[in-house]
Amino acid sequence: MSLRDEIRLASRDLGQGRFQTDLSVPGARCAACIGKIEKGLGQVPGVEAARMNLTAKRVSVTWRGTEAPDLIAALDGVGFEANLTGVADEAKDPELGRLIRALCVAGFGAMNIMMLSVSVWSGADDETRRIFHWISAAIAFPCLLYSGRIFFQSAWSALRRGRTNMDVPISIGVCLAFGLSLYDTIQNGHYAYFDAAISLLFFLLIGRTLDHMMRDRARTAVSGLARLAPRGATVMHADGRREHLAVARIEPGMRILLAAGDRVPVDGRVEEGASDLDCAIATGESEPRRVERGAEIQAGMLNLSAPLVMTATARAEDSFLGEMMRLMQEAEGGRAGYRRIADRAASLYSPVIHAAAFLTFLGWLAATGDWHHAITVAISVLIITCPCALGLAVPMVQVMAASRLFEAGVMVKDGAGIERLAGIDTVVFDKTGTLTLGRPRLVNGAEINPADLGVAGVLAARSNHPASRAIAAEAPPLLVGLTAASEHAGLGIEGVIEGHRYRLGRSEWAVERGGGGQEPGTVLSRDGRLVSRFTLEDTLRPDAREAVDVLKAHGLKVLILSGDAPSTVAAVASRLGIADFAAELLPAGKVAWLDQLAAEGRKALMVGDGLNDAPALTAAHVSMAPADAADIGRNAADFVFLHKGLEAVPATLEVARRANQLVRQNFALSIGYNILALPIAVAGLVTPLIAALAMSLSSIIVVANALRLRRVRLETPMSKSVRPPSTRPVEPVLEAAA
Amino acid sequence: MSSLVFLIPLALVLGAGALWAFMWSLRSGQYDDLDGAAERIFLDDEDSPNGP
Repeated sequence: MSLRDEIRLASRDLGQGRFQTDLSVPGARCAACIGKIEKGLGQVPGVEAARMNLTAKRVSVTWRGTEAPDLIAALDGVGFEANLTGVADEAKDPELGRLIRALCVAGFGAMNIMMLSVSVWSGADDETRRIFHWISAAIAFPCLLYSGRIFFQSAWSALRRGRTNMDVPISIGVCLAFGLSLYDTIQNGHYAYFDAAISLLFFLLIGRTLDHMMRDRARTAVSGLARLAPRGATVMHADGRREHLAVARIEPGMRILLAAGDRVPVDGRVEEGASDLDCAIATGESEPRRVERGAEIQAGMLNLSAPLVMTATARAEDSFLGEMMRLMQEAEGGRAGYRRIADRAASLYSPVIHAAAFLTFLGWLAATGDWHHAITVAISVLIITCPCALGLAVPMVQVMAASRLFEAGVMVKDGAGIERLAGIDTVVFDKTGTLTLGRPRLVNGAEINPADLGVAGVLAARSNHPASRAIAAEAPPLLVGLTAASEHAGLGIEGVIEGHRYRLGRSEWAVERGGGGQEPGTVLSRDGRLVSRFTLEDTLRPDAREAVDVLKAHGLKVLILSGDAPSTVAAVASRLGIADFAAELLPAGKVAWLDQLAAEGRKALMVGDGLNDAPALTAAHVSMAPADAADIGRNAADFVFLHKGLEAVPATLEVARRANQLVRQNFALSIGYNILALPIAVAGLVTPLIAALAMSLSSIIVVANALRLRRVRLETPMSKSVRPPSTRPVEPVLEAAA
Repeated sequence: MSSLVFLIPLALVLGAGALWAFMWSLRSGQYDDLDGAAERIFLDDEDSPNGP
């Protein structure tokens, strides 16, 4: 299970052996970057075409062949960090396309009718006015049918269920204005309000389109899991026959052969062999776990060093991954209680407008007995109080916030996430992969004799163990012949170089009695004598300390929930100055912690990456994940940050709070405008045309206010010119499990 | 008055033409990468007319 398999899984089959893969490249920002990226990818064997989209910071690669080209390494080679993303579906969102077409048609109609209306007001003679009214009607009618159906359909489905929503007053107002204007046109009257009806539709559609763009675009986390199609495992039958079976067909009791580099497909017990398992994704432990006969293992763990034979003890759906899905589905109910600000406002607003317009009509009818005038005034009330500004108040700010965050390398999946983030008072971090990069790094490489480090590197290159990979990454290249190399699970690697027997691994194994240096740790020994000692440490994410300090300065409670051992968690917590932490938590334990916080009335932001965090990400009030998180974690989170550094967390919080402030201002502006305009409209002092203009003005004010979000200053990761050391972005994620 | 008979339909036809052109440009993806289009002018890739 390699990164290349993951690329294959994340790509879309175009047929005839061609595939399309999308990668997000947050560091691309100029023509030179486009050139380097496209050229660099074009040179990878198998790649047919690469097209960089600078606006979306995504590159779309078409390739051919049975095995995926290593695109991420190619991008790394030309100096860009990249992350796999799902192939873009946004372009094919049918609802968005429908809204944009309706918006274009309404805009066309509104402009042309307005042009004719202006000539009528500036004093056209009777004949011309009548022709112009008829032309206006001819333009307005198809526009009303085409653009208005978006509101009509929604209003109708609400009315049918005996309810009312924002679209009901809109539909009534627009249809009445059109109907009355048509009546007046037939009667050769002086005024027609086609312009008001259609420009109202136009403004409302702007708000509706923006709002749709900010709605939850994410496919649900569970469908993301389904895409991680479980594949197969090699089952050993009692008669010695070996068979590759789909994971779903594995029954408890079957014996499964697990090669080094395979993921454990279902929960089970080790029968034969001994090896190291990387449990980071399943439990959050940073140290690989040594297993031998009799050990219980969970689906999702990665076998690092030696082949194992295991017996399945659970079916796939009862295994760890199935448990995760169940936990996530349960947790998803928790957030459903949140109602978007705009929806809350709408439910209060719509009955008020209905009542006001209807009472106005009755009042004028009773007072004057002139039904035509009464309807005109009632239409003015409906139009002037129409929630145009209100409809724009939230989505406009959220669109601005999302684009501001995108520039800072944060993707927003759901506009409501911005609202929820603004209200948090607690930040919960996962440790492995979130506060740390989840990979050990050699910290004392400079103190070690380069020749010894070179030897260690040659040995380490033989192993998949994270410690070995860390040493191999730091070692200078050395051309020596290595013979009789072997890896001993849980102990280390040994081999003969130039007649000397070297061992790299645990000190108690590598160093013979009397060889010196018996303290535990990772060492290199020659013929049983200690040569050098390696200090490995899990690297903190860049800016982790600063990010935590900023969060604490904002008065937020910060805590760590980790599945790792207490001593490791305590070390990271003290380096970051975090007082509260909990260790050795199972996924359900993290959810329980978050539920506990919620019960205390706290609103928690969960930042996590692993598979074991996914239920917690769903359970939290709002959640964030790094782009190199497990796919399921990225799907469960409201925000995904693309850069390596953790300062994205306080930056996102800053934008969310500012956005929330602007939303409140916008509500105050639009409601204030309505309170001011309503009495004037009820008094019959406003014609529908003036109502339409006043409404446009309030919309423009709200939009202008939202644009102020551009002025929020953010320290983007790119403002620091140093690029973090190149790293393999995605740990192969659980495709083999499930 | 008589001029209006052809000027108004002409204005409408031109407007409808602009609407169609906009829809077409939207559908053919010309607004997908505004930043990229602005930067690509600096790239010299005559050697591969079909794009890399």
